[in-house]
Amino acid sequence: MISTLSRRGFLAAAGATAAATTLARPSIARAQGAARLVVVGGGFGGASAARFARLAYPWLDVTLVEPQARFVTCPYGNLVLAGRLGMDDITHSYDALRARGVRVVQDWVDGIDPIAKTLRLRGGATLGYDRAILSPGIALRWGAIEGYDEAASQVMPHAWVPADGSQTRLLRRQLEAMDDGGVVGIAIPGNPFRCPPGPYERIGMIAEYLKKHKPRSKILALDAKDAFSKQALFQDGWKQLYGDMIEWVPLSKDGRVVRVDAASRTLETEFGVKHQVAVANVIPPQSAARLAIDAGLADASGWVPVDPRTFEAKAAPGIHVVGDANNGAPMPKSGFVANNTAKQAVASAAALLRGEAPPEAVYFNTCYSHVGPEYGISIVGVFRPTATGIAEVANSGGVSPRGDLPEQRRFEALYADAWYRSITEDAFG
Amino acid sequence: MRREAALALTLLLTPAAAMAQAPLASQGCLGCHGADASGVTPVPGLAGRPATELVAAMTAFRANEKPATIMGRIARGYTDAEIAAMAAHFAALPAGGNR
Repeated sequence: MISTLSRRGFLAAAGATAAATTLARPSIARAQGAARLVVVGGGFGGASAARFARLAYPWLDVTLVEPQARFVTCPYGNLVLAGRLGMDDITHSYDALRARGVRVVQDWVDGIDPIAKTLRLRGGATLGYDRAILSPGIALRWGAIEGYDEAASQVMPHAWVPADGSQTRLLRRQLEAMDDGGVVGIAIPGNPFRCPPGPYERIGMIAEYLKKHKPRSKILALDAKDAFSKQALFQDGWKQLYGDMIEWVPLSKDGRVVRVDAASRTLETEFGVKHQVAVANVIPPQSAARLAIDAGLADASGWVPVDPRTFEAKAAPGIHVVGDANNGAPMPKSGFVANNTAKQAVASAAALLRGEAPPEAVYFNTCYSHVGPEYGISIVGVFRPTATGIAEVANSGGVSPRGDLPEQRRFEALYADAWYRSITEDAFG
Repeated sequence: MRREAALALTLLLTPAAAMAQAPLASQGCLGCHGADASGVTPVPGLAGRPATELVAAMTAFRANEKPATIMGRIARGYTDAEIAAMAAHFAALPAGGNR
């Protein structure tokens, strides 16, 4: 049970309960053996959890386990595709979290034992915890689209799980290498999936690049659904900025891609129509990350059911699952929701470690999307836990107004950039 | 009495730690207004603004009585008590100025 990695493991194992109930002053609690909070996954959810835990609950001993040395964000990856940003602009180190007292362990978690409260690391070590926050992200369901496996993604990138950034780089290189007049095909999955407006922001950002550099080119978006986030706003913007460059094909018009052939860059839809394209971006169906599924935390949907106030997995008390891996509907799988709910999960974990009730909750999300230069749109949601799940607060939130509103669009583009700076600082700073 | 004690504690902490002592509802603001609520141009800072000013702004946004790009949609999701708690918290923080 006592791990080689845990500096204070033996103290915590002996003293966690005592510390939680008898020690009033945080500084004393930490000195005498802190309760161990282990965070798995260093994205928006996990990094935010680790940072918030150190700031708000200095009596917690916080470890972050993340396989990558640096985090490349999925948000703003579309601006790299547009040529507006470089990869460095969307890459974040864990140095600031280290400086805040987070112990960062660069490794994969291969298994979880919720009874013994241990994590098995690929490097061989075992890591004990008193409470765990899992923010493992998503897995791509290889094979859900016939022919789309990891090898195919080296030719037809998904660019949806940034990992080391190679997928985003690959798609950018392919767009740069494409001849003017080429067709960029984008396959878009059904709900639920990571970042609901993301594919549509991507369409606009690729169009922005093509309009400037390869104006005879086209974008063919093949969608497995008939409606999408901020749809009217996106479509207004596409028409205004890019004319007929973009063709969006919904499910009901045979938009669902069921098979691909990587060698010929062909996307095949349900009724057998084969679209051969110059660049293919395939965003496949998704599930919670492998770790969550292997640990038995997910249900048949492939996502992890959680308590709407503490984010503890229904299948494993003591393990709080935040970010895209959980079923937080009607909240979207967004970086903002991951950041915001991670704090509620940490506050709940801290309260439960002290034998207190978890705090009251209100959740907040804003997803900005860029459509083109000085053209931003947004969707806002405020959510609260209910007896049965999570509900959006009535008469609040919603999308930007439609119409010819250049100042609104210009400000929302600026606010989007401010959001990226702000939230990445709140997670990684 | 408890409110005063909480504010006194807030003033003794570093800005980042003080931010973390905020009511959880106010954490949502930090996604755009800066991790220390000091603003990210052109999004204004909240830290150090008088609580009455913050409450008045949120109340006006909520009632659609103040022009808004996005804050009207946001303000309508929060209760009077949450707005008051958020305002008291931000008012007690040192103003950092926009970066």
